[in-house]
Amino acid sequence: MPFTPSAPFRPSPARVLSRAVPEPRWRPGLPAQPFHSEIFAPADEAGGAGLALALARDALAVAVAGAGEGAGAGEDARQVLWVQDRAAIRLGGRPCLAGLPPDLRHRLIHVAASTPEDALFALEEGLKCRDIACVIGEIVGNPRALSFTASRRLSLTAERHGVRLWLVRLDAAPDLSSARMRWQARAAPSAAPRWNPAAPGTATWHAELFRARTHAPGQWSLSDDAGTLRFASDPDIQTAAPDPVRLARPTVGRSLAARVHA
Amino acid sequence: MLLADARALCPELAAVPADPAGDLAALEKLALWAQRWGPWSALDPPDGLLVDVTGAAHLFGGEERLLADVARAFAARGLTARSALAPTAGAAWALSHYGRGAAILAPEDDPLRLLGDLPVAALRLDADVLTVLRRLGIKRLGELVGVSGAEDDPAREAAARDALRRRFRNRHSPAANPLLRLDQLLGKVPEPLLPIIARPMPLVQRRLMEPLRHRALLDTVLADLAADMVRALEARGEGARRLELALWRVDGEVLQRRIELAAATREAAHITRLFAARLDDIEAGFGIEMLQLRTSWSEPLPLTQADLDAAAESHGTALAACIDRLTIRLGPQAVTRPVARASHIPERAQIWQPPLAPVAAAQQMLAFHARPLKLLDRPELIAVLHAAPDGVPQRFRWRGQAHQVARVEGPERIAPEWWRERSTTRLRDYYRIEDEAGRRYWIYRQGMPGDGRGGVPDWFLQGLYA
Repeated sequence: MPFTPSAPFRPSPARVLSRAVPEPRWRPGLPAQPFHSEIFAPADEAGGAGLALALARDALAVAVAGAGEGAGAGEDARQVLWVQDRAAIRLGGRPCLAGLPPDLRHRLIHVAASTPEDALFALEEGLKCRDIACVIGEIVGNPRALSFTASRRLSLTAERHGVRLWLVRLDAAPDLSSARMRWQARAAPSAAPRWNPAAPGTATWHAELFRARTHAPGQWSLSDDAGTLRFASDPDIQTAAPDPVRLARPTVGRSLAARVHA
Repeated sequence: MLLADARALCPELAAVPADPAGDLAALEKLALWAQRWGPWSALDPPDGLLVDVTGAAHLFGGEERLLADVARAFAARGLTARSALAPTAGAAWALSHYGRGAAILAPEDDPLRLLGDLPVAALRLDADVLTVLRRLGIKRLGELVGVSGAEDDPAREAAARDALRRRFRNRHSPAANPLLRLDQLLGKVPEPLLPIIARPMPLVQRRLMEPLRHRALLDTVLADLAADMVRALEARGEGARRLELALWRVDGEVLQRRIELAAATREAAHITRLFAARLDDIEAGFGIEMLQLRTSWSEPLPLTQADLDAAAESHGTALAACIDRLTIRLGPQAVTRPVARASHIPERAQIWQPPLAPVAAAQQMLAFHARPLKLLDRPELIAVLHAAPDGVPQRFRWRGQAHQVARVEGPERIAPEWWRERSTTRLRDYYRIEDEAGRRYWIYRQGMPGDGRGGVPDWFLQGLYA
């Protein structure tokens, strides 16, 4: 007797192969983004959270571009969940509304968990929700609750419901985990901005991908150039330095030269 | 009299801000409570109640005892009440507002004789009608009935009454027509009242044949109870926002648990799962014999197709269900959304509100300043090891580690909000710095060296940039 499933069979989003050609080296803007990534970063800087946010926005932008060919771009309205451990709030602080990228300011839901077990529960509940675009988590150290079993559970939940997770582990040693991509990140000196060379530039990180399923490991300097993640150029070679406030606009239809009235 | 004048006369005056909506809500509750004296009660805003006690006075031992009971019950609540009993609502109103205390008008009494001395304001008339009557010289109810005052001449009295009727011929509303009000008071014209009817909250309960002591059985009964509640809510077209579960133990003690939901819901599995998280610390004692679930707060929810929990496993849950689960386990303060507030002090520039609450429209933030990605809850003191001539630290120690400043942008001065803070609060000069390793921070100096509000200013670190 043939087996007929009672519910229509829907493959898990992770098993749907992307149509793009698989690339051996990682680069920003790849179509096949992992569902569970881990970023190890020091706790006395916000580089880990910054890189997680930049990777998340990169993945969302790729998803919107991919979905824009098919259905309408409805992904822009879904919420982003940011879960923080109590130690993570104490060491690194809470997200600041004015410092978030403008397209995320109205979409952020913040969860302040008191223990790592609660943080893992919040991450899993967020991954199960279809109205959440992605989940960013911050946990300090190597708590016992975050074992290989727990990380495998997070990976399976993320892949089943199609919600991506970026887990930032502050001041943690890289132990056994089932995350598909694992990064070691720290802040890097930034390129000087155009209008004030003495000022800090846009966010730049030194990221080392030390474990990935479909890519070779490597190290890159990445920077968040006005919302797009890209490789940071060598600081010695300064091409068009990034312009954080976009003070330069084209003078459309208006010449700055004096006009002589006859 | 203005409040300032009153305070000038009596400095110890206690002023309480008015709350008209709250007063009306309290009056509605009082009207429901006043149904202990009669089956129907109506509101008489702003501060009156009308209760229909037809045929109910004998239950209290007579009309005087009824009014005495009214006075006693209100006094026990701490309220001063003036009550009156009469065959019509108009007469009762007139007596309670303008008559002696606890006046009773029996049906066989002549109302005009007993009420004739009351002023015309006892007819519940508008202010302009009262002005007209005062100018006409009519001050008492008795004068209104026989306008000329000479009852022995019916023809003259009829002519005077006709004159009054002509004057008010275009006023059809009772509150603008004294003759209509008089007829209502005498009972010649009906005056319908709008009664207050209590709407009981949805309540379901199950009595168990044998007291249960095991958790698994409790979960089963709770699931059945949730299904009953869903049916009760469907019948009303509502969804529950707050649910209260009461468990009666065999020894008489009652245990209560309550959950609040972020959005109106009518899903039994969702309710069961949320309660299950709360039942871990139940002590059944000798057993639980009755369970009762009631919805103390509900909102209209249109009837839609039921979303089964099995579908949630395949499609994923909705945002409201996810927020509910997080809130029940972690507490309501743990799940929030940052919303901008109109303040330039960085730690006050946002408030954290419940995630599904509507966000008020606010002005867009000034895009000129680059603010940090993370803000520490409390700014941490940094020790300046070496400062540049203009005051910006070149080397500082924070959390036991020394940092060398490579790049600086600033200062950005953020002065204290003078309307909120004391005059001794010091301003802050913020600097955006990057150290030699590339870490970017937001530090500030609290105060200036010569501002007279303290000694040498300290440096703090408040924000971390991505």
